[in-house]
Amino acid sequence: MNGTPLSSILLVLGASIVGSFGAVFLKLGAVRLSGFWSLLNWRLAVGVGLYLGSSVFYGWGIRHGQLSVLFPMVSIGYVWTLLWARIFFHERFTRPKITGLALVLLGCCLVGLGS
Amino acid sequence: MSTLISSPSTGGPSAAERRRSVFMVCSCTLISAAAQILMKIGMVHFTPHLVAVITNVPLFCGYALYGVFTLMMVLALRQGELSLIYPIISLAYVWVTVLSYFLFHDTLNPLKLAGILAIMTGVAMLGRGAQQ
Repeated sequence: MNGTPLSSILLVLGASIVGSFGAVFLKLGAVRLSGFWSLLNWRLAVGVGLYLGSSVFYGWGIRHGQLSVLFPMVSIGYVWTLLWARIFFHERFTRPKITGLALVLLGCCLVGLGS
Repeated sequence: MSTLISSPSTGGPSAAERRRSVFMVCSCTLISAAAQILMKIGMVHFTPHLVAVITNVPLFCGYALYGVFTLMMVLALRQGELSLIYPIISLAYVWVTVLSYFLFHDTLNPLKLAGILAIMTGVAMLGRGAQQ
């Protein structure tokens, strides 16, 4: 247990939040698709931009500290996304979603611990 | 802001459309896993030099596959619910862990196996949730 610096934890957490907003913008762009050229719309561009931004944060974050701690933290992004989906798209929290997500989070933690 | 992000269709997607979205994301995760593996191979002989980066075939293919992944994700998100589709991406961790075991001889321990099992069960539940 060498410890993971707080700065790394914050960077990875930041990456998960930025990435979850990337997903929101991809969804915003996706529902407006009609025809090939509509792929070039600002919402999708922002979404891709946020994803790239999130990968920069992540790359920065994992330079120091233990990957087994930091890696499962990325999956917290799924929780953010669930929240944003509810707030912005009025998607319901259902039992399969909550249980499925809980299992996914558990799995990510276990894979992280095993790494 | 609320008009900006309102749902486009009032009726909502059909069960078949939702099933297709789930199937698409699941295939997406295979592409994502392939991209991650290629990037890892490319990063082994990585030099921070523009020409070296461009001519690094595995790295380049990895990025290209990420492009394909994003495109397919967007198509899946057209009909699928974000809260269902998004966590399914975690299936990529399963493929990467399994592929790393075969390709890079990474270790596979009980913790990783239990994690893989939990993720797969979770994704199966999300998939079932999409049918309802």
